[in-house]
Amino acid sequence: MKLINDTGVAFTREMAPELRQPAGLIFNMMLPFLFLALFAPLLSSMGDVGQGSESHWQWFAPGILVLLGLSGTAGAGAALLNEMVSGAFERMLVTPMSRGAMLVGRTLKEVVILLAQALLIIAILLPTGFHLYPLGALAGLVLLTVFGVGIGALSFTLAIHSKKQQTLFYGIQQVAFFPLLLLSGVLLPITEDSAPTWLYVLSRINPVTYVVEAERHLFAGRFAEVSVLYGTIAAVAIAVLGVAVGIRGMRNATV
Amino acid sequence: MIHTRGLTRSFRARGETVEAVRGLDLDVETGSVVAFLGPNGAGKTTSLRMLTTLLPPTSGTATVAGCDVLADPAGVRRRIGYLGQGNSASSALRVLDELVTQGRAYGLNRSEARARADQLLAALELESLTKRTVGTLSGGQRRRLDIAIALIHEPELLFLDEPTTGLDPQSRANIWDHILRLHKEIATTVFFTTHYLEEADLWAERVMIVDHGRVIADDPPEKLKADLAGDRITVGTADATDAARAAEVARGLPTVHEVTVEGTAVSVRTTGGDAHLPRLLRRLEDEGVQVSVADLTRPTLDDVFLTLTGRSLRESADADSAPSAMFQGA
Ligand SMILES: Nc1ncnc2c1ncn2[C@@H]1O[C@H](COP(=O)(O)OP(=O)(O)OP(=O)(O)O)[C@@H](O)[C@H]1O
Ligand SMILES: [Mg+2]
Repeated sequence: MKLINDTGVAFTREMAPELRQPAGLIFNMMLPFLFLALFAPLLSSMGDVGQGSESHWQWFAPGILVLLGLSGTAGAGAALLNEMVSGAFERMLVTPMSRGAMLVGRTLKEVVILLAQALLIIAILLPTGFHLYPLGALAGLVLLTVFGVGIGALSFTLAIHSKKQQTLFYGIQQVAFFPLLLLSGVLLPITEDSAPTWLYVLSRINPVTYVVEAERHLFAGRFAEVSVLYGTIAAVAIAVLGVAVGIRGMRNATV
Repeated sequence: MIHTRGLTRSFRARGETVEAVRGLDLDVETGSVVAFLGPNGAGKTTSLRMLTTLLPPTSGTATVAGCDVLADPAGVRRRIGYLGQGNSASSALRVLDELVTQGRAYGLNRSEARARADQLLAALELESLTKRTVGTLSGGQRRRLDIAIALIHEPELLFLDEPTTGLDPQSRANIWDHILRLHKEIATTVFFTTHYLEEADLWAERVMIVDHGRVIADDPPEKLKADLAGDRITVGTADATDAARAAEVARGLPTVHEVTVEGTAVSVRTTGGDAHLPRLLRRLEDEGVQVSVADLTRPTLDDVFLTLTGRSLRESADADSAPSAMFQGA
């Protein structure tokens, strides 16, 4: 009971400024927007990138949602880092609030924002060749949520461990972000034929790849694909890992 | 309320070990107001962080509000309030939101938290700022909000790390009113640090002076001043010869601790300076020593620190009051 209550307190605290300024939502969506506006049009001239006859939007959009999950929530720890430096986090740590709830509440807020942004992107894509399969899209958003929980929690964990050296947070975040993105096949397909073997192998090691592939199937309304299973396993694994190390980090957090 | 034995904490920074706190033995009674004084880097904040469960001690034990800080940190947290040296409120959030959040973190429901928040905002003259984002407040307004945050759940034990730093004199008086009202009404124990020595002098029943991680004095402020500093009488004479004769006379008075001559001024450290001053002036008159000015300074805690360490606290503190008027007119 106290856990739920505390999670609610942490969530409400983080959510309040977002609700007051919903336009802020759009600011950390710049990267996905830019890719949609300036990169996606190139795909149509490149011919067949995806599965057969579908529009290139159908292939590209799910990847962009994963990119959104990666870019938006990965920065979540930055706000926490600021609070750690100022003393606001220290003050929260002295209250009897559950430390696990502090992490979960914050992560939930990131996920709510992520979902709102994802819905916005889907709405923008509706007039294009993107076809919405409602059930598949719903499942895709659930998968995205699980993935976002993991990335958000990992970002908080990174922030907690960077308290002595803030540059560590931004350094690791940047160093991790681009390889995870580029090696996931979000922008261009990475297949055994099209990519050098080493790159292909790296992309197969990258868990984000599986999430992207699962999203593509789900948003095309295909559930019965083994990729969906793999993607779900990858997302759940990231979430479990993120929340586990995050709660551990929060519990042991000192100042 | 607070009991520690051999509490120490060291940090490793760049391969060096900093011993921030070296063997703190504290016993603070329920309902007392205790000041923790010391120069920058003495280990005050580090001690408070250990007592508030923010930092595990390197060695030693601490029981705070009946709970062991290591075995039952949650128990400690439920019973205490803490005002850190930094900013308690997040600059991205609104004033009222942060206060209500704090109340809810201590288990108040939304309307209780809101009611307490409103009371405190009014009491600390922050009502006009409730909707402002914390980052837009002035330094002093922000500090007052921090204090409201620390008081919202009316804890039985309050740790305050430099509560009034950066506040104007009126706000400082106002803040102390509130802290002491809590102390009177619900017997809250107050443990605070400050660089404003008058605050310790005025409000604390007991003053602990720390230096280099150790407590070097621990008594009520009056006793510290009487035992370790005493009053200071200064008389100005016409020339060095008169000064030397005046010093001779002063040394003949009972309970005089120390007499020093500086140019034409003679400075006498003594207990009962108010009674000694007229006596000294009469004797000097009898001896034919011309006295041009005479001055009596009551001791401050800074004098105590000076006696203890040979250094002044004021040098490192952001001294806000005028320097001692000792040599005025001399
Ligand atoms: N996290 C840390 N890492 C390394 N050294 C630290 C750390 N925290 C404190 N110290 C060192 O421990 C000593 C005591 O610091 P502390 O903050 O307790 O002093 P203080 O008495 O509160 O001083 P001030 O009046 O300036 O607030 C200082 O030498 C400080 O540099
Ligand atoms: Mg300090």
